[in-house]
Amino acid sequence: MNRIRVEYFALLRERAGVNEETIETNAQTPAQLYTELVERHGFDIERTRLKVAINAQFGDWSAPLRNGDEVVFIPPVAGG
Amino acid sequence: MKPFELSTAAIDPQAMRSYFADPHSGAYASFEGWVRDHNEGRRVLRLEYEAYAPLAIAEGTRILEEARTRFAVTKLACVHRVGSLAIGDVAVWVGAGAAHRDAAFAACRYVIDEVKARVPIWKKEHYTDGSSGWVGCEACGTHEHGAHADHAHAHQRKSGAR
Repeated sequence: MNRIRVEYFALLRERAGVNEETIETNAQTPAQLYTELVERHGFDIERTRLKVAINAQFGDWSAPLRNGDEVVFIPPVAGG
Repeated sequence: MKPFELSTAAIDPQAMRSYFADPHSGAYASFEGWVRDHNEGRRVLRLEYEAYAPLAIAEGTRILEEARTRFAVTKLACVHRVGSLAIGDVAVWVGAGAAHRDAAFAACRYVIDEVKARVPIWKKEHYTDGSSGWVGCEACGTHEHGAHADHAHAHQRKSGAR
């Protein structure tokens, strides 16, 4: 079990109803974690629309998660 | 000033411009993105910008470094607003100083285009009809429910964008 801190932004923040949460999870990768969070929060955003950041750097969906990692799922951006 | 900043306070382009005074610069180009009162056929009342700050600053700084390697600029900076903005507010500002105008124009263009495409900043539009929506994510919610039904209109308009 890893403890992963997840921070939410934009549409995902609204859907989750929280800004952040710490999850005890068996998910080994961000992809598995997102699948778990879809179950938990009923997210209706397909993973293909998102990017993922691990510890404030863009990361891979298949990267190994470690205890204490901070994960952010990034919806389509719209600065400017 | 830091090269890339997120600001909760209003951007003052005149104050930003003064930072670029430089005897080596023969050219200065700037870009201001303003909040407009319409988007995709809907009347906009106001905007909210939200950022994932640590990554936004890192990625914005990376973009400025890329522009510095591509174009012969002497100074380069970008500020992006976060928080609630009204029509006419400056949402984003880019400034480029260079010996010659080509580099100043090109760097400015590169920075704003890359910032819009890559930096984790999100824009929520509030419309005159009381609804709201996250720009660029209109088709994100494929299974609309309850409070988010207002996204359905945008979904239809943008159905080709997926």
